[in-house]
Amino acid sequence: MAELDTSGGGGKKGKKVRSKKANTKVDLTAMVDLAFLLITFFMLTTSLSKPIAMDIAKPDKDDNSQERNELRASETMTILLGKNNKVAWYMGEAGKSVPNIESFADIRKSILDNKKKVADATGGRQIIMVIKPTSGATYKNFVDIMDELAITKIKTAPAIDDENITDAEKDFMKKAGIL
Amino acid sequence: MPRAKVQRKSTSIDMTAMCDVSFLLLTFFILTATARQPDPLDVTIPSSTYKIKVPDTDMGILSIGKGKVFYEILGQDIRKATLPKMGEKYNIQFTPEEIKRFSVVGSFGVPIQNLKEFLNMNGEQRKKYQETSGGIPTDSTNNQLAEWLMQSRHSVAELHSTQMRVSIKGDANEEYPTVKKVVDILQKQKLNKFSLITSAEGSAE
Repeated sequence: MAELDTSGGGGKKGKKVRSKKANTKVDLTAMVDLAFLLITFFMLTTSLSKPIAMDIAKPDKDDNSQERNELRASETMTILLGKNNKVAWYMGEAGKSVPNIESFADIRKSILDNKKKVADATGGRQIIMVIKPTSGATYKNFVDIMDELAITKIKTAPAIDDENITDAEKDFMKKAGIL
Repeated sequence: MPRAKVQRKSTSIDMTAMCDVSFLLLTFFILTATARQPDPLDVTIPSSTYKIKVPDTDMGILSIGKGKVFYEILGQDIRKATLPKMGEKYNIQFTPEEIKRFSVVGSFGVPIQNLKEFLNMNGEQRKKYQETSGGIPTDSTNNQLAEWLMQSRHSVAELHSTQMRVSIKGDANEEYPTVKKVVDILQKQKLNKFSLITSAEGSAE
């Protein structure tokens, strides 16, 4: 925007002619434009929020030490991750109880229920989780289920077992159409 | 007697304060900026409610998506140390110029045999090349990924005397077996602890 020259031109007759002071005002509009342009550029090219890491520890594969803890079947909840974002879970030993098929929206409630049941039945012992991702699952399912465990505050480290999916489990999942 | 003229108000606004504020913001952004690395592999990471931030030193990042694996080593000095080691393994001589170029490469996914050619390209060509390349070979007969991991871990141990952390940055819709394959490679090297990179999510309903 050009500035209007508002200084009187020459003044009226009969008055003393003053020496005109030069106008020291600089038009900063362009400067501000430039600054904001740079600001937007920097805002768009920077990533202020750092990504977040979820720590996963898997059992050692060739650990043949004898210090293995036997898990009580009654305190174990196994979650199978299938396709179409479905999970199947059962308590106790495989094949003895019919797995329940649920979606990710309902699994949290089941985890909490089972956690409470185990705690009540054993006098406050922690539930043991076994997560078994199958070939039908996606990476997101795996992250989601680990997240659910974090939300439900399962303190014991979950056993992530993608090796030993039993035939009984496979058959059941095939029947249910989630493998 | 001449008519009294109506004095027009000047329409200019004083921009000095505005300028001050904008430059203050600008300096703030410049100082806090860390330039975002272009990601050759388009990965949508799943979200989680975890709150642990990813450290930005001594780390290797594995990007998994579309069945391919890309690897990124953080730290220029580590990259500089790792490349000659890899060259030794595969009998490829890398010139100092190539090593220098490699030290500024972010995430890459080319077989070591084509790495020389890849390093001599410019940015645009590299981008095109990575789209068609199948990532880093991970099959058991030609397991270059395991080698990269091994050598970069050695470099971190030598230069910074700490353990290298390994993070997995997987695409949300990636099949689990692909991820499992990479995890198995990690476990073969007795790396049983690793992090999965996720994006933040408000605590769920």
